[in-house]
Amino acid sequence: MPFLEFKNVEYSYVGGDDELIQALKSVSFSVERGEFVALVGCNGSGKSTLARLCNGLITPDSGEVLVDGVSTTSKSATFDIRKKIGIVFQNPDNQMVTTIVEDDVAFGPENLGLPRDEIRARVDWALSSVGMSEHAGSGPFRLSGGQKQRVAIAGVLAIKPELMILDEATGMLDPNGRREVLEIVKKLNRDENMAVIMITHFMEEAAAADRIIVLDKGSIAADGGKELFTTPEVFEQAGLDLPLYVRLAQRLNNIGLDVGCPLTADEFADAVAKAVKGGEGKK
Amino acid sequence: MRDVSMGQYYPASSVVHRADPRFKLVILILYLVTVFFCDSFFSFGFMTFFVLVTIFLSRVPILKVLKSLRFVIVILLFTTLLMMIFYSDTSGAAPLAEWGIFHIYLNGIYSAIKLGWRLMLLVLMPTVLTLTSTPTELCDGLESLLSPLKLLHIPVHVFALIMSIALSLIPSLIEETDKIINAQRSRGAAFESRNPFKKIKAMIPVLIPLFVSSFRRADELADAMDSRCYRGAKGRTRMKKLKAKLSDFVALLFWCAITVCILFLNYNWCGWAFITALGI
Repeated sequence: MPFLEFKNVEYSYVGGDDELIQALKSVSFSVERGEFVALVGCNGSGKSTLARLCNGLITPDSGEVLVDGVSTTSKSATFDIRKKIGIVFQNPDNQMVTTIVEDDVAFGPENLGLPRDEIRARVDWALSSVGMSEHAGSGPFRLSGGQKQRVAIAGVLAIKPELMILDEATGMLDPNGRREVLEIVKKLNRDENMAVIMITHFMEEAAAADRIIVLDKGSIAADGGKELFTTPEVFEQAGLDLPLYVRLAQRLNNIGLDVGCPLTADEFADAVAKAVKGGEGKK
Repeated sequence: MRDVSMGQYYPASSVVHRADPRFKLVILILYLVTVFFCDSFFSFGFMTFFVLVTIFLSRVPILKVLKSLRFVIVILLFTTLLMMIFYSDTSGAAPLAEWGIFHIYLNGIYSAIKLGWRLMLLVLMPTVLTLTSTPTELCDGLESLLSPLKLLHIPVHVFALIMSIALSLIPSLIEETDKIINAQRSRGAAFESRNPFKKIKAMIPVLIPLFVSSFRRADELADAMDSRCYRGAKGRTRMKKLKAKLSDFVALLFWCAITVCILFLNYNWCGWAFITALGI
């Protein structure tokens, strides 16, 4: 049984001009424990709707969302589902409940009704996992955007969910903040075997995931591993840019230097070095 | 920009800062009631002495305390002056001076000074409280003190949470207001106009977007709280629990003793002669 499963999910809502917007059209996919999935799509593709469907903040018009085989429509299961699936939202300022970092991180475990020592232990663990231990006693006001978002991640982490969804959690951060958050998410996925769904339109972030789901106008346009980047048409149709290094590599490939499909700066450098050396060797 | 959500908190390490906020609140209430029982100059002096001791123990510079009260002091002096010149003596004593409708009596001066002194005492201690405790501490203290009301089905937890969220949202709302004002100004809004009507009118296009964005924020926060398993006070535990220390009980007992002293000075139940000698 998959951990999270969407079965022909449809969802629509009334938009600003009183017109019915169909956000999701017959979406089906599943996510296993420990997976690192990037969900990409441009604005209005239904990404955020999909995130909010996962933990029962909204329920599908038709179809089913199953978490560990339990439907999110059942009111009695909502609490258990939210223990298993945590969401980090876009704006860190709108996720803070208190004026002190550690109190905010404690909010989740407090809601779970854990004993005091356990809450303390989880807060300390969560803050050190995101590298924010030294700011435990300070007010979020003095923190940078990236630091605030790390606190928000710690707040979700302290609940110890099996799946963390980041709903454009890096959207309001500068490049440094984005890098910080991405590193932490990768580490959590690797060390804690926590499944991650990273919703983003930064393709460099998507390239870090093991699996990429492309959402286009409410339906899944593509779903696959990193090999998806070799078929740029999928992304272009969904209104997305390819990652910088993939685009660079494409151009090099076009002029006859075979560098394959590197995703990061290091991979790109290696591929170019190899291709150039190989070329020289032939001469 | 300074951290508004910290109120006028003056960070320092002192016994007053470390004291349990619940005890501080109880002592404050006890103190305020006691001040109303002060009647003679001696009892005012007595209270003032202990207020000064508290300020000294809190390690907040006395100038800092007075500075945060500067507007109150102006109003206070004005009230005292009015009291002095409009006092009407019924004991038949001759006025010390008079100009038209203004009369100055000796008793008038006494009453005016007592009024001013009493008001000063009434505002001093609350100021010391807010200088030595963070809003969060006060919020927790209040929640704990009001928790018996839960028996009457009053949602104390909800009120405390509302206060806490309000405090944490203040900085971002101020930031937002700044942004909106700058956006409107860059499109020619007349915030600098001297005409008060124009000024008020210019605020409307600031308040409306601020309202809209507050609602959006509230929505997002509600989603974030729901996602973090919030379901009201049901089954909720707390990481931090206020712990009363021995020193807190000692302080409370001490202030109780002061109250008793003031009551004795005021009512003189045992008819001690020295109290009569002290009292004007």
